[in-house]
Amino acid sequence: MAILREADKDKMTVVEGSYAVAHAVKVCRPHVISAYPITPQTHIVEELSQFIADGEIPNCAYMNVESEFSALSALVGSAATGARCYSATTSQGLALMHEVLFNFSGLRLPMVMTIVNRALSAPINIWNDQQDSISQRDTGWIQLYAEDIQEASDMIAQAYKISEDKDVLLPAMVCMDGFILSHVYEPLVLLEEDLTNEYLKPYETNYKLDPKNPLSFGAFADPSSYTEFRYLQQQAMDKAINKVEEAADEFKELYGRYYGGVIDTYMTEDADIILCAMGSIIGTLRDVVDNLRSNGKKVGLLKVRAFRPFPAEAIKQAVSNTSVIVALDKNISIGLNEGALLTELKSILYNTNLNMPVIGFSIGHGGRDIPEKTIEDIVQKAENVIKSGISHESEFVDLREDLI
Amino acid sequence: MKEIRIHGRGGQGSVTAAELLAVAAFADGKFSQAFPAFGVERRGAPVQSFTRLNDKPIRLRSQVYQPDYVIVQDPTLIEVVDVAYGIKDTGTIIINSEFNPENFKFDSNAKVMTVDATKIALDIIGRPIVNTVLMGAFSAATKQIKPESIANAVKNRFPGKIGEKNAEAIEKAYSITMEATV
Repeated sequence: MAILREADKDKMTVVEGSYAVAHAVKVCRPHVISAYPITPQTHIVEELSQFIADGEIPNCAYMNVESEFSALSALVGSAATGARCYSATTSQGLALMHEVLFNFSGLRLPMVMTIVNRALSAPINIWNDQQDSISQRDTGWIQLYAEDIQEASDMIAQAYKISEDKDVLLPAMVCMDGFILSHVYEPLVLLEEDLTNEYLKPYETNYKLDPKNPLSFGAFADPSSYTEFRYLQQQAMDKAINKVEEAADEFKELYGRYYGGVIDTYMTEDADIILCAMGSIIGTLRDVVDNLRSNGKKVGLLKVRAFRPFPAEAIKQAVSNTSVIVALDKNISIGLNEGALLTELKSILYNTNLNMPVIGFSIGHGGRDIPEKTIEDIVQKAENVIKSGISHESEFVDLREDLI
Repeated sequence: MKEIRIHGRGGQGSVTAAELLAVAAFADGKFSQAFPAFGVERRGAPVQSFTRLNDKPIRLRSQVYQPDYVIVQDPTLIEVVDVAYGIKDTGTIIINSEFNPENFKFDSNAKVMTVDATKIALDIIGRPIVNTVLMGAFSAATKQIKPESIANAVKNRFPGKIGEKNAEAIEKAYSITMEATV
């Protein structure tokens, strides 16, 4: 959670999460916005089209399109001219963009897109989980996850800074949990326009579509060069690790708010059990950690802010002294029975000296609520792992036996 | 932390009421959080919304299971929804009804209060919109949020005559409920 929030109280106002994000996009001065409305993303794009209709975002075009596929395709062309671009989508809309996501990152074009995380059909479900963005893991996009609406809106500016960095030039998703964050009203500081003018300089690039200086984008790369394009994308992602940290540090310096860099830790130093998760569940976990700590249980929290690039080194350092790691995933790879964090955590610890057990829980699918009691039960299971080893490496929580 | 659950029907402004309580509480110096029961409800169907109030920033993201206060916008909901579900024994249930609290029995020791919000709304606003009226009653019944903060939040959301009328109705509901609580 953001530090220095008490000091900011007189600057805070109570608004909906979607409004906060739309406002943040506005002060980041985009040139082209294109999006197709889909629940629970709609409030963000409604606010933005209102801003544009009211003339509040100068030099910005809102391009109406007939699908998410077209929205992102339109932005490929826009970004190639050197324009700062924005979109927002969720669930089926993001799935429909899948093909274009690879084009965006492969062309090394920067942009920021808010993903208002929602479950995938079928069965149709409009509520929150993170299957949509996790399913786009390998598209070459940076993925950042926000814990509250202050972070979801501030992260827009940070994401542009990272995405447009000349050493990175990769598009970025800012992920916020659908309804839980998009539709919540809570106090926050609306992203400050004056500070953002200072923090986020205009995007300038030598590589753009310009009739005076013709260049080709997305040209044919045969087997003699395609591998190197992929390698350079990976290198850019590696560099993005430090850029995420720098963007957070510079933000803290200027705005006085900080949420962690690639990760954030809470009471992990002496923790026997470390809970690892992403997104809005982090807030609930902080409360649970505080409660359990007051009962003498040494529990800590590892918040993953950047899922891509995956912060392997930072995580290894944070967990090095713990007895068991618990991954909480709002997504699942059907057929492996693992959520993405569980898989990644196990993978980065293999071939190291760190061999503490890692267990995972599938949680919060399709908007299933996550009460504190559910987390406390999970911690109980983690204590059993410390005592007597792993019985279930990965399992669903709060299953309704009456429906199975 | 105090937790509020609002029961209403789609179109009655339950979500707006939860939001405006959060805005008003923050103006009073509290931290607040408001959210709907995220459903696909239509106009007329039972809906719920929630507000949390605390002296420090609110991090919890789960639904509200043990509310301190329940507001019922439409008494006919009581036949179809367990509006007292999970309410604390020290809690208060505020019902829009012309009848006395004794007419309502719940499986709970929570205090029951009634206010004829529909009559107040019709008399002052001219329409049976009771969400803002019940916020005035809530202020008097719980002392959690100042009535003027609620009135200001409503006036900011609905500028002009509509907001003024609503503020007047809030004041009326506040004074009637204050008399009933002494």
